Amino acid sequence: MICSECRTVLPAFLDGELDVVRQVEVEDHLRTCDACSRIHQAQLALRSTLKSGELYFRAPVDLERKIRMAAQPAERKSMLPRPRMPAWIGASLAAAAVVALAIFVWPVLSRPSRTERIAQDVVSAHIRSLMPGHLTDVPSSEHHTVKPWFAGKLDFSPPVADLSAEGFQLVGGRLDYAADRPVAALVYRKGEHLINLFVWPSASKRQSPEAADARQGYNLLFWTRGQADFSAISDLNAAELKQFADLVRART
Amino acid sequence: MDSQPPPSSAFDQVVLPHLDAAYNLARWLTRNGHDAEDVVQEAFLRALRFFGGFHGGNARAWLLAIVRNSCYDWLRRNRPSEVSAPFDEEIHSSAVDPDPTSEDLLLEQAGRHRLRDALEALPVAWREVLVLRELEGLSYREIADVAGIKMGTVMSRLARARAGLEQQLAIDFKGE
Repeated sequence: MICSECRTVLPAFLDGELDVVRQVEVEDHLRTCDACSRIHQAQLALRSTLKSGELYFRAPVDLERKIRMAAQPAERKSMLPRPRMPAWIGASLAAAAVVALAIFVWPVLSRPSRTERIAQDVVSAHIRSLMPGHLTDVPSSEHHTVKPWFAGKLDFSPPVADLSAEGFQLVGGRLDYAADRPVAALVYRKGEHLINLFVWPSASKRQSPEAADARQGYNLLFWTRGQADFSAISDLNAAELKQFADLVRART
Repeated sequence: MDSQPPPSSAFDQVVLPHLDAAYNLARWLTRNGHDAEDVVQEAFLRALRFFGGFHGGNARAWLLAIVRNSCYDWLRRNRPSEVSAPFDEEIHSSAVDPDPTSEDLLLEQAGRHRLRDALEALPVAWREVLVLRELEGLSYREIADVAGIKMGTVMSRLARARAGLEQQLAIDFKGE
């Protein structure tokens, strides 16, 4: 084997991709040729540095969880045709499919990953708000008190509706963070059920229809109106949450 | 908060174990952690959709091909200049010394962060074969499948990519 030939196949030699005959030829040549041997050593060094592990990016710890959550509706949908399934799973799968469709046609958040992020943010913020002492920054059943409280704290003024006559009692307001920005959180109560209504300026000028979702036992609704995005979340049943959303829409 | 659905499906057992490989490839091709996460999520949802078409075999290469396609879609949307023209080995390799001899001393002096910078500075077609080979340890056959190129192209592209990397290290080093 001559030098030029050796150098051409050296990478494949190091990658273990040469057949045995060629491999032996290279080994023989390297024993007798200093120049090629030096190149071999250098390539070996580069390789071991590349492989040292410090250039390898491991997935962030919560990426798997995000993927699992994002995959949930699709996974359920794909399981639909399988037999031997209890009826209640079928019903919830149908619901999940409807939810997936609703999210899909929701034009405000055209990127699925953004939709997904916001839904996660809303669920996280809702659960956090239920922990002791986190529910409200301004506890008041008076919308004339809650609305001005946000002035100077947000770059927009959220609409605060009085729905007490319809059985949804205002509990107060709170600053929160979702959809990659500070948002207004309005807390309402119906009986023992708390509702968080998140409001933030919309990126889209279009009005969008309602989109529904259900995660971790909570019902969620999203809609856009009057240049603001709204998201309502509660452990209320879907029908009552929709009634709440309809009332809010009628007042904003 | 942490109510994960139980790891029941075959998808979880076959595909999810390769999450690190998927992220590493996406991170090197997008050169950004946030974008890599978005791309990997998208790729996994695609993989889930196509999982019915996966009939055993090399799950890692199968997944990485999907991740790679998602990365290229992302690049076309966000950095079209990086992927606009078909990759031309000859043009890119004309500036590269095909027979470098001083790489060992450069490597000694090049810190690992410099190696990272040099790898990031390479054209995406070189970066992907290097990452698949050196970091992921894929065989030429697997790389050919993932990148959608011929075996012979894998070998020549890897050679040029390595020479390009050494060249880049030399430039970085002289630039100090």
